[in-house]
Amino acid sequence: MKMNTVLMDPTAELAPVERTRLPRPDSLVGKTVGLLDISKARGEVFLARLGELMAADGISVRHYKKPTFARVAPLELLQQMSVEVDLVVEALAD
Amino acid sequence: MKQLPEGFLLIVKKACPTCELIEPVIYEMSAAGLQMTIYSQDDPAFPAESEAVLYDESLEISYDLDIETVPTLIRVREGSEVARLVGWHREEWQAMTGVSALGTGLPDYRPGCGALNVDPGMQRELAARFGISGLAARRVEVAEISDEMETCFEKGWTDGLPVVPPTPERVLAMLKGTSRSPDEVVAVVAPNKVPCSVEKVAINAVLAGCKPEYLPVVLAAVEAASLDEFCMQGLLATTYFSAPVVIVNGPIRHAIRMNSGINAMGQGNRANATIGRALQLVIRNVGGGEPGGVDRSTLGSPGKYTFCFAEDEEGSPWESFAVQSGYAPELSTVTLFPGHGIHEIFDQLSRTPESLARTIASCLLSVAHPKICMASDAVLVISPEHAAVFREAGWTKQKLLAELHNLLQRPGSELVRGVDGIAEGLPEAFADNPAIPKFKENGLMIVHAGGKAGKFSAIISGWIASGSMGSQIVTREINQ
Repeated sequence: MKMNTVLMDPTAELAPVERTRLPRPDSLVGKTVGLLDISKARGEVFLARLGELMAADGISVRHYKKPTFARVAPLELLQQMSVEVDLVVEALAD
Repeated sequence: MKQLPEGFLLIVKKACPTCELIEPVIYEMSAAGLQMTIYSQDDPAFPAESEAVLYDESLEISYDLDIETVPTLIRVREGSEVARLVGWHREEWQAMTGVSALGTGLPDYRPGCGALNVDPGMQRELAARFGISGLAARRVEVAEISDEMETCFEKGWTDGLPVVPPTPERVLAMLKGTSRSPDEVVAVVAPNKVPCSVEKVAINAVLAGCKPEYLPVVLAAVEAASLDEFCMQGLLATTYFSAPVVIVNGPIRHAIRMNSGINAMGQGNRANATIGRALQLVIRNVGGGEPGGVDRSTLGSPGKYTFCFAEDEEGSPWESFAVQSGYAPELSTVTLFPGHGIHEIFDQLSRTPESLARTIASCLLSVAHPKICMASDAVLVISPEHAAVFREAGWTKQKLLAELHNLLQRPGSELVRGVDGIAEGLPEAFADNPAIPKFKENGLMIVHAGGKAGKFSAIISGWIASGSMGSQIVTREINQ
């Protein structure tokens, strides 16, 4: 038999969902910034200092914390942040 | 069934003496003005003097018509088969064609020959190619001039090693390893949270090189990896080394000839090698977890290709890990531990359980870091020669665990940051704690495996994020 080989696709066959990011704000004036501590070591130190600097510039800041860096953020936390702040900064690495 | 050409269909092959015998009959039928379509299975120029020959090279027509013997003569009216003759029987052929002098010079009767489409192995191949296979996955055609192995690499379906091309025939054969329906959703696979069917697991099991009888183990492993408490998403995304370590218990170990003895955690056994690999390929191909993508491991570990072995239950002085976890001995289970390694335990001189336990405890202190406690879990793989020391002294598994727990407690003052000139360690708040255990409660597990010679055991270290805040060891029953 002379024929093309047929292979069964082992993948999810889904086109990856690409969500475009919101444009970066030109300025933080008038915005509320969420600072997300993911429970990585010393992340809170970095975010505390960042919070101080932002507050000094008159930017409104809210602090959040994930229970563990090993797991995705709880849905409630994601929803809470999405309605309370305009953008989020998270401290990813130790 | 497709609409058939009107008149007579004749299926022949040149290699069949009966077909050669009836060649004049074919010409007599044409001469009588009968409408004929002839399908030749093996030679487009047979019968040579007929203009009605079509070459059924792919055997699709023969498969569709369910031909078992050549020659087969089929009468078609209004697109449908109304009568069929097999082999040569002059009176029957004369009656069906209405040509009264048909084949008068030929013998009365000759049986036919086996059709090409029912050659050994061919039916399965044709069923996969032309039949209603029940497979839902997208079919990817590889051009004849392309190498299907290279195509698998180009498509990104491999872990870096060659894979077995997942042809429909192989996938159908793999699915025979389970009674579960191909479209049943097994689990939602990390990291992309993709619902994964039995069929998709089977395709990846083919890629990995599994035999069909391994499929139930792979299915159970995929289910276990997708349990919330195993936290596959985090385990994949971490910069740490770990990945699922697959440990199999129960009768299926023998049924599929897994290795729990010499070189149990090494190469050379097909079931050990391919079951662990199939799980990794499901996470890669279905879940979308690729190194440099969601997989952020700094160094990785060889176990990310495959890390799967069976416990040696028969040679163990203790109950198996599965029995200890509450499963009956006649059940087969798969256990997933978020780990990596292995780290050796060398002790050729201890002849008492007390001495050997001290050796094991000393080695266990180095898991993750000698000054880090209650973070990583660990699996202790005790080999037969070390197990004999505990057996002869009458030590149960519980007694060994209790002894190790005692030996693995140290004062916080030795463990906090800065001690011994090492910045790493526990936070200062632990300094006054007189006894900090190395492992969390139930954070140390014991299995028995390995060759009969060698006074060495092994530590499989766990992910630093263990327990409810990270990943926990999980066990699933294996069902056929």
